[in-house]
Amino acid sequence: MDPQKVRVLMAKCGLDGHDRGVKVVARALRDAGMEVIYTGLHQTPEQVVNAAIQEDVDVIGLSILSGAHMTIYPRILALLKEQDADDILVVGGGTLLPEDLAALKAMGIAELFLPDTPLQDIVRFFRELGSRRQAGQAADGAEGPGR
Amino acid sequence: MDKRERETIRQAKADWEAEELAAFQARRPERQEIFRTLSGHPVDRLYTPAEVEAGGYEERLGFPGRYPFTRGPYPTMYRAQPWTMRQIAGFGTAGETNRRFTYLIAQGQTGISCDFDMPTLMGYDSDDPRSEGEVGREGVAIDTLADFEDLFEGIDLGEISVSMTINPTAWILLAMYVALAEQRGTPFTRLSGTIQNDIIKEYIAQKEWIFPVRPSMRIVRDTIVFGARQLPRFNPVNVSGYHIREAGATAVQEAAFTLAAGIAYVEEVLKTGMDVDEFALRLSFYFISHSDFFEEIAKFRAARRIWARIMRQRFKARRPESMRLRFHCQTSGASLTAVQPLNNVARVALQALAAVLGGCQSLHTNGWDEALAIPSEQAMTLALRTQQIIAEETGVTKSIDPLGGSYLIEAFTDRIEGEVTACLARIDSLGGTLACIERNFFQKEIADAAYAYQVAKEHGDHVVIGVNKYREEQLDIPFPLHRVHPETERRQIERLTRVKAARDTARVHTLLSELQDVARHEGANLMPITIEAVKAHASKGEIVKALVDVWGRYAETPIF
Repeated sequence: MDPQKVRVLMAKCGLDGHDRGVKVVARALRDAGMEVIYTGLHQTPEQVVNAAIQEDVDVIGLSILSGAHMTIYPRILALLKEQDADDILVVGGGTLLPEDLAALKAMGIAELFLPDTPLQDIVRFFRELGSRRQAGQAADGAEGPGR
Repeated sequence: MDKRERETIRQAKADWEAEELAAFQARRPERQEIFRTLSGHPVDRLYTPAEVEAGGYEERLGFPGRYPFTRGPYPTMYRAQPWTMRQIAGFGTAGETNRRFTYLIAQGQTGISCDFDMPTLMGYDSDDPRSEGEVGREGVAIDTLADFEDLFEGIDLGEISVSMTINPTAWILLAMYVALAEQRGTPFTRLSGTIQNDIIKEYIAQKEWIFPVRPSMRIVRDTIVFGARQLPRFNPVNVSGYHIREAGATAVQEAAFTLAAGIAYVEEVLKTGMDVDEFALRLSFYFISHSDFFEEIAKFRAARRIWARIMRQRFKARRPESMRLRFHCQTSGASLTAVQPLNNVARVALQALAAVLGGCQSLHTNGWDEALAIPSEQAMTLALRTQQIIAEETGVTKSIDPLGGSYLIEAFTDRIEGEVTACLARIDSLGGTLACIERNFFQKEIADAAYAYQVAKEHGDHVVIGVNKYREEQLDIPFPLHRVHPETERRQIERLTRVKAARDTARVHTLLSELQDVARHEGANLMPITIEAVKAHASKGEIVKALVDVWGRYAETPIF
């Protein structure tokens, strides 16, 4: 996989309508050559996880500015696990208290971006993610046939 | 000033540029070739009378309280009384928010402003699965009239004005407000305040909607008609640019899209046959005060002048009150930073000063901690004190429109007026405001502007102290932040369950079915039946559900 060609599902979950950030990030990732799908607003965790599986994405980028993050992130992680799709990484962005950020990372959210994070940092993170997954897939392939 | 005099000044300026300026620039060049406003408009080195539009003083500026209202909507402005200091509050249960209101009033706040949680904004009851994790988070949770009783406990609705930041469910909360006043014996004629009720900017920018565009416009129409007839001191709609700007629009787009929404509401009500002068004076506006000081001041002045002309020329209003744009203002939340958060105190003070120099009627100043959490009580107090310092220490309130006549301010005001007018003409040529929503015109324009702004910020074209300049290692947050009470959601659901158990459920069902009948008759007004329903303790979620069954839900085509 070309590290540029990371497939990303950008998502908005819950009732939150703040979509400036998610759209700016989606456009920056697309401009950096990634394949970006945007769910639109007011999705349930189930809808997001189903879309991620159907679209066969590498990573879900979730934007939450409603304060519902401690409900939504764990639900997404649990659903991914349930559907045997927990190889899809979950990355988040939004307004968070420091202790919530630590708790979410411990739970398995790959990265969380706070307000004021430069776009180039976000793009770099997704690129590296692509490279790592590419390396990971190459290693899987090395296990030989019969897998 | 006549043409000849302007020409003389223009020539003198050219001469100065060739002589003094050129010689000086050769030794010490300017920092950059082009300076721009936050919205990207080039800023000249020096403004003179030559840059100000021709035209008579009275026609362009006039006098405060007189057409075209450029210098202010009232003849006395802050010499009579300062703007209403209206700090928004809302979190947790109604009881918790009532305590914050009471505290802010004790600190000298002169109006109430209430924020509601996402489920209340979007029309879901607190016990709805879609509300999980969101109850009482971004605002206060309101399900039934019983919550409203708690929210305004001990507050005289006939004395203080109340502003409610509520949109697709605004008519339900207005019904609750009126029902509560009736219950307490407060005459409707004494109720003052605002419901935001601006559904157009929801489709454009804030994205809290329920119903499709047309029935949503009918709801707004019904509240305006009801308000104009029953609530002479209440503003049934607060046409809002704030969220449009926060979503990424420029100053010109903010003003243009907001006035476009105002035009659409006027057109909607005119269709009922109501005379423009019967309701136009009850429309109020809401703008942001962002960080480009002069651009914002000019924007407020331009908006007043454009609206006055629209009302007189396009809608043939005759009463001056119908042409007079009054606005609430809030400093920009998105301009605040999570890093070096105390810097936000300075940002808020300067933005607030711009709002005052632009002639706002009420003002909310943001808390320094808003990039981190819902503002704490200390942060809100400091924000309120900031307004009090501007009002009572700086002296800026003593003379009306003190920057009027500044060459720069007048040139900016003219420029913004020209660009906004051109943008409104474009919206008309695309079929009008509602057609533009349906073809995603506004949404696309805003997404483009937001991206351009972000890129400019990252190139360092827009300096944000602490973020792209003068960065420091992140230090600890200096004061405690607001924490959501972990029991709020459970408590609110229990309360709703108790209210539902105690009411006459059969009557609620009858009223909800009557509500659906009224909804099916496009010409009927939804307010009276909704008031009956909330009095019988029908919940907000039940009322919304009943109408979703009639009208369906709005679905956006997402773009980025």
